[in-house]
Amino acid sequence: MNFLQHDVPLSWYLLLSAALFSLGVVGFLIKRNLITVFMSIELMLNAVNLSFVTFAYQWHEVRGQIFVFFVMMVAAAEAAVGLAIIIAVFRARQTLAVDRIDLMKL
Amino acid sequence: MNDFAHLWLIPLFPFAGFLLNGILGARMPRRLVSIIGVLAPLASFVLVLSAFGATMIGAAANCPRCGDVTALTLPVVETLGPSWISIGALNVDFSLVLDQLSMVMLLVVTGVGFLIHVYSVGYMHDEPGYARYFSFLNLFLFFMTVLVLAGNFLLMFVGWEGVGLASYLLIGFYFSRESAANAGKKAFIVNRIGDFGFLIGIFLVLTTFSTLSFDKIAVLLAMSPDWQGTVLTVICLCLLVGAAGKSAQLPLYVWLPDAMEGPTPVSALIHAATMVTAGVYMIARTHLLFDRAPIALWTVAIVGAATTLFAATIGLVQNDIKRVLAYSTISQLGYMFLACGVAAYSAAIFHLVMHAFFKALLFLAAGAVIHAMGGEQDLRKMGGLRTKLPVTFWTMTAAVFAIAGFPPFAGFFSKDPILYAAFLQGTGGKLLWFVGLVAALLTSLYMFRLWYLAFMGEPRSDVKHHHANPLSMMVPLVILGILSVCGGWIGIERFSAYVFPVAAAHRPMPEGDPGIEIVLTIAAVLVALAGWLIADRLYRRKPERPAELAAAMPTGYRILLNKYYVDEIYDAVIVKPLFAFSKFVLGGIDLLLAGVAWLLAGIATFTGMILQRWQSGNLRSYAAWLTLGAAVLLLAAALWSGGWSASFHSISTHFTMNAAGH
Repeated sequence: MNFLQHDVPLSWYLLLSAALFSLGVVGFLIKRNLITVFMSIELMLNAVNLSFVTFAYQWHEVRGQIFVFFVMMVAAAEAAVGLAIIIAVFRARQTLAVDRIDLMKL
Repeated sequence: MNDFAHLWLIPLFPFAGFLLNGILGARMPRRLVSIIGVLAPLASFVLVLSAFGATMIGAAANCPRCGDVTALTLPVVETLGPSWISIGALNVDFSLVLDQLSMVMLLVVTGVGFLIHVYSVGYMHDEPGYARYFSFLNLFLFFMTVLVLAGNFLLMFVGWEGVGLASYLLIGFYFSRESAANAGKKAFIVNRIGDFGFLIGIFLVLTTFSTLSFDKIAVLLAMSPDWQGTVLTVICLCLLVGAAGKSAQLPLYVWLPDAMEGPTPVSALIHAATMVTAGVYMIARTHLLFDRAPIALWTVAIVGAATTLFAATIGLVQNDIKRVLAYSTISQLGYMFLACGVAAYSAAIFHLVMHAFFKALLFLAAGAVIHAMGGEQDLRKMGGLRTKLPVTFWTMTAAVFAIAGFPPFAGFFSKDPILYAAFLQGTGGKLLWFVGLVAALLTSLYMFRLWYLAFMGEPRSDVKHHHANPLSMMVPLVILGILSVCGGWIGIERFSAYVFPVAAAHRPMPEGDPGIEIVLTIAAVLVALAGWLIADRLYRRKPERPAELAAAMPTGYRILLNKYYVDEIYDAVIVKPLFAFSKFVLGGIDLLLAGVAWLLAGIATFTGMILQRWQSGNLRSYAAWLTLGAAVLLLAAALWSGGWSASFHSISTHFTMNAAGH
C-alpha cells in the first residue's frame, strides 16, 4: 500500500493509462486485421480501468473499483460476442481486413 | 296540428333535378332533360300550394267539406336529422320554418320559377349546354328554397351563398364569351363584399344572443322590450351590407347590369324576380332586429331611396333592352328597401311579389323580342314589333303599365303603400316620399320609352330572321301577364294581415289621414301619367327630340350614358390599386420569400453534397473522426476550465500535495 504513495507518483499511473489508451486508439485506427482492432479495443478498456483504479485509490472510493469489475464483465461478454462475429465474418468472406468489410449485409 | 312534415321535400325536388340533369343530362335526349328540369320546380310548387291550401283550411277552422284533409297551422317548424353544429352553448340545427312570410316567398319562387323553366324550354331549345342550363337552374331553385325556408342565420347563409354560386354559374353560362365570364366573376366578387358584411352580422348575432335561430332571437328580444343598444345597430348595418350586395343596392349594385350577360330567362328568374329580392326578404325576416335599430332603419331607407333614383336616371338613356330592365330592377329593389326602411315590411314584400310578376314578365317578353330578332338587344334597331309579336306586345304592355303604377295594374297597389308609408315618417319621410315620387316618374318614363322604341313606330332595321316564338314561351308570358294585371287586387291590407299577423302588435304605424292617402294616390297616378305623356311626346310624336335633348345637354347625357362612371371610379379607386398591389406582392415580396426559400434549400443541398463524403462506409475513417471529435471536445473542455496548462498544473499540484500529505 505504501509503495504506491511513496515510490511512484500518482501521475505516472495516469500517464501510463493515457499512453496505453493512445496505443489502443492508434492500433484501432491503423491496423487492418479485425482481430488486432479488437485487441486494441481491449487495450483501451484496460487503460481506462487503470485510471479508474488509480482514482479510486486516491479518493478512497470503492465505487471506482466496482466500476472496473463492471467494465471487465462487459468486456468479457463483448469479447465473446465479438469473436463470434469475427468468426462468422471470416466464414462468409474469407478475410478479416476491415477495409473490405464495409457493407452491412454479408 | 302540424302534420305537414315534409318541408324538406320542397328543396329536395330541384336538387334531384340538378343531380339528374347535371350527371346524366349530357347523355339524355333533350325532351327528357326538359321534362326533368320542368317537373322538379313543378313538384315543389305543388307541394307549396298544397301546404298553402292546408293553411287556408287551418285558418278557416270550421270548414264542413274538408273533413279528411289535414289542416295546417303556421308556422311549421321542422328540424332535420341531428344537430348541425353543437359546440358548448352554440347549437345550430337544420331547421326549416314555414310561416306566412316564407310561404309567400316560396309561392313566388317556385311559381315564377316553374313558369320560367317552362319558358326556358322554348327559349333555349337550340342552345348547346341545354342540360347544364337546366341543372344550374334547378340548383338555383334548391338553394333559393333553402334560403327562404331556413330557420336560422347559418342555414340562410348556406342558401345565400348557394344562390350566389348558381347566379355565377348562370351569368357565365356562355363562358366562352369573355364578357360573360368576367360578368360572372364580377357578380361573385361584389357579392363577396356583401357576404362579408352578412357574416360579420351573423357573428355579432352569435356573440350577442348566443343563438342563430330566428325564433329564439325573437323570444330574447321580446323578453327585453326596451333594449335598443348600439350592438343591434351595428348588427343591422352589417346585415344591410349583406342585403345591399345581394339585392344590388348602392354602392354594391354594379354587378347586376353586367349580370345581363346570362341567358334572358336567367335574368328574369335570378336577377329580377327571386334571388335579388333575397336581401329584402332577409331584412323582413330579421325585422325584429331592425325595429330596435332606428339608425340602421333610416340607413336602409336612405340607401333604398338613393338607389331607386340613381338607377332610374341611368335607365333613362340605356339602349340595350336588357340593361334598361336591369336598372329598372335595381330601382325597384330600391323601392323595396325604402319600404323596409320605413318599417313597412309587408309593403316591401307585397311590392316584391308584384315586382316578381311584372319584372319576370318584362324580362321574358324582352327575351321573346330578342329571340324573335335573332339575338338583337339594341332598342334603336327595334321598332314596329307590335304587329309582328302581338302576344309579346300585349303582355309587355300589361307589365309596363304595372311597373309604371297605373291602376288597376299590380304595381299601383304595391307602390302606393310604400310611398304612403314613407310620407308618414315625419319630415325626412316626406323627402323620401318625394324621391320615390320622382323615381316613379322616371320609371314610367323609361318604361314607356322602351315600349315605344321596341313596339311602336316603324321597324328601324330589316332583321329578316323573325322566328316565331313557341307555345312554351307564350304560355308563361300570358300567365304572368294576367298576374301583372290582377295580382294587386289582393290589396295591401289583406296581404299585410296575412304576412305579418302580429306586426301591428309590436310596432304601431303612425296614424294616417285617409284623405292624405287619396291625395298621395292621385299624385302617384298623375306622375305615372306624366311619364307616359313625356315618353309619348319624345318617342312617338317627335322622335328627333331625344337626340336634340342629348345634344343640348352633352355632359349630363354622357354622364348618364356612362352610368355616372361608377364602374370607372371603382376601377380606378379599388381594382387598379388592388391589382398593382397584387403585382407588387407577386413581383417583390413573393420573389423575396421564394428567394429566401431557394437560398435555404441551396445551402442545405450544398452542405449535404460535401458532408455526404463523410459517410464512406469505411469503419476506420469513422473511428478516426470519432477520435478527432473526442480530442477536440477534451481540448475545448480543458480550455474552458481555465486553460490547459493551468488545469494540468492544478491536477499535478493536487497529486503532489496529496502525496506529501501521507
